[in-house]
Amino acid sequence: MFLFADGLVAEIKKKATEAFEVFDRESNQTVDVREIGCIIRSLGCFPSEAEIQELIEKMEVEEAGGFVHLEKFLPVVTKVLLDRRTYTGKREGIRCIVLFLFYSVRIKRRSFQGKSSQSLKGQNIILCCLSGEPFNQEEMEDMLAIALDPESDTFHYRDYRKKLVVDETKTFPFNV
Amino acid sequence: VNCCPCSTKLFFTVLQAAILIQKWYRFTMARLEMRRRYSLSIFQSIEYADEQDQLQVFSTFLFSFYLVPVSEIFTSPSAPQVVDEDLCLKEFEKKIDVPDSYYGPRLSFPLTVEDANALLHAFRNEQLLHARYVLQLLSETRRVLKEMPNITHLSTSYSKDITICGDLHGNLDDLLLIFYKNGLPSEQNRYVFNGDFVDRGKNSMEILIILFAFLLIYPNDLHLNRGNHEDYIMNLRYGFTKEVSKKYKDHWKQILCLLRDVFSWLPLATIIDSKVLILHGGISDTTDLDFLNALERSKVRDHIHVRVILFSFKKFLLIKHPLSHAHKHEVECILDILWSDPRSQNGCTPNKSRGGGCYFGPDVTAKLFERYNLKMLIRSHEFKPEGYEISHDGKVITIFSASNYYEEGSNRGAYIKLTPELTPRFVQYQVSKFTRRQNLRERVGTIESSALKSLREKIYAHRSELTSAFAQYDVNGTGRISVNDWAAAMESVLQLELPWRMLRSQLAQMNPDGEVDFMSCFYDLKMDQPIKEAQPALAETLCRYRKDLEIIFNIIDKDHSGLISLEEFSQTWRLFTSHLGIDVQDDSIDKLVLSIDYNKDGHIDFNEFLEAFHVVHRLEKKATS
Repeated sequence: MFLFADGLVAEIKKKATEAFEVFDRESNQTVDVREIGCIIRSLGCFPSEAEIQELIEKMEVEEAGGFVHLEKFLPVVTKVLLDRRTYTGKREGIRCIVLFLFYSVRIKRRSFQGKSSQSLKGQNIILCCLSGEPFNQEEMEDMLAIALDPESDTFHYRDYRKKLVVDETKTFPFNV
Repeated sequence: VNCCPCSTKLFFTVLQAAILIQKWYRFTMARLEMRRRYSLSIFQSIEYADEQDQLQVFSTFLFSFYLVPVSEIFTSPSAPQVVDEDLCLKEFEKKIDVPDSYYGPRLSFPLTVEDANALLHAFRNEQLLHARYVLQLLSETRRVLKEMPNITHLSTSYSKDITICGDLHGNLDDLLLIFYKNGLPSEQNRYVFNGDFVDRGKNSMEILIILFAFLLIYPNDLHLNRGNHEDYIMNLRYGFTKEVSKKYKDHWKQILCLLRDVFSWLPLATIIDSKVLILHGGISDTTDLDFLNALERSKVRDHIHVRVILFSFKKFLLIKHPLSHAHKHEVECILDILWSDPRSQNGCTPNKSRGGGCYFGPDVTAKLFERYNLKMLIRSHEFKPEGYEISHDGKVITIFSASNYYEEGSNRGAYIKLTPELTPRFVQYQVSKFTRRQNLRERVGTIESSALKSLREKIYAHRSELTSAFAQYDVNGTGRISVNDWAAAMESVLQLELPWRMLRSQLAQMNPDGEVDFMSCFYDLKMDQPIKEAQPALAETLCRYRKDLEIIFNIIDKDHSGLISLEEFSQTWRLFTSHLGIDVQDDSIDKLVLSIDYNKDGHIDFNEFLEAFHVVHRLEKKATS
């Protein structure tokens, strides 16, 4: 663990505060606890739902109303942003996905309609999304709207990957 | 999941991969949500900042004229013969001819449901109602509204809901959608419309016509509350006056005159079963419903001028004008009703962002409820992304019925169905001009580019100030400053609380060292028809205050001719710039003024003049050419 320059820490705090304030509806330094995941992700972090829960616990949310105060939010999130381990690399991810989708294709070969090997039917995607940290109904619909080619009801995973992947050099904290 | 693998290692990979897909997906969605939120934040900040500017500009204007009695500035424009109380339906029929070529609705009074349907049908097909019928309708509406008290009392019938709608702001599509989903107004289907029918949208006139028509047909079942936009000065600034003058080229002055009267006769509040209070803005700690009910509402018209006076010139006008003093309480009472906003902090503080009314906390609400034995307050006046919002522990509901208020896809609208047990049910909707629903990514993209466009225009309008602020940080004259300094400069000059670091990538270029090339934020913009005689600083000021100048010129132009004399223009401009502390050389104005007087007749068409200072985006022009 190495020391960070004061300037960097201050900049990170400011950026985190900015993101927080966008969700602060009444400008009174509080946000709804349900938006914490969104705020942290929009800062360029890549946590799972479980990791988000852990962070929320550190923020000591008040029971009534479920609000998080900026004072509690800032130290927790600043630490997260400084600690780069929460950001998962691209390559490992792609390998997992390729393996997984390839596997799914093998299992479901019988129902597969014989299009290019880079696509999967919508139903199979639904299946894969029900494991892990499953999507709720709304997330499912939104994801399918982006991922599925509406005419053929197929999922082209290379295109999907392109849509999801964000240019690393533009995301925080690589570029303060 | 049925695709159960035989090997545990593969199973683990599958799980990992699923989690990864989900992480990525949520990551992308979060970024989209952030973009959507800051876009709405941009829209709202600019809207409120504009309202603040307006206050300042009016102070300037009034200051320069304070020696003129206030009542003279605020009296009706010189077309008094139309506002004549005795003018009745037959007079309009005699004076205004409807040609045979007119295929729009021909109203016959007293109105019936057939007339209302004809109007709806016509407006769906983008037809205009003829001026004679408009004037007859307004005249009848005024007659009916005069009979009504300031506060209307309703009681729920044993089985029917009452529908309550909020701000419509000229969005005809929303009104038609509400009628489609919820049915037309009738004895069995009662409605309360809570103000702000006009301004901003392009069908304010049509909305008024429909609402007034139903009011005349069902006076006990359709109720209207006045909003802060049912006001002459607001209409000048926010588009309604322009809409009327464009649609009714021959009769707009008469229509606007009559409308001013009608607006002043709109009731101020509605109470259902003595338990649910419905009004446009909010309340304050001095709100007294008995006082509100007793005051003479039509006498306090054009209160916004008085708002400016009260908040800026108490000294001058209290001395010179006993009038304003006498009506002070009434004016304040109405301002509170029409302009206040609820907040979660206790107490009642002046509403700084609006310049009128106050921020009222849960304690103020509780006290009022206790005093009058109320159960709920339904109000509008504030934009809400979901069309409604509940605050003060369920006691206060904000209802906003104009969907896509800032931009296609920016927000939903909603209306309330109040059951006979006084339980509210919310119905949300969103009008769309696309037959295929845009997906989330497209919707956010539309809102974001619209918001950024407005922001860039504001940046351009403050170019000189920004340049000198940047220069202060750029000690070595390199043309680059740190992100921190750039953000600080933007915030201090523009006075907008926005996430500047997040927006930086859309507004200015950054070099690989992490420094901002600050002049790059001006590259995209230029003025439409640059006037050679205008110095850059002058042009920029005109650009920034274009809308406000429009209002001032309209007020000076008493006979609504669209022209003012060179001298009036110079004088106004001089006072304006000096009071705002803008340093402009004397002769530059004279040169400019002479160059604008195209036909050399000593008068300026100020609309044409102001059009020249409209900001245009270079990239946009390229796309259309």
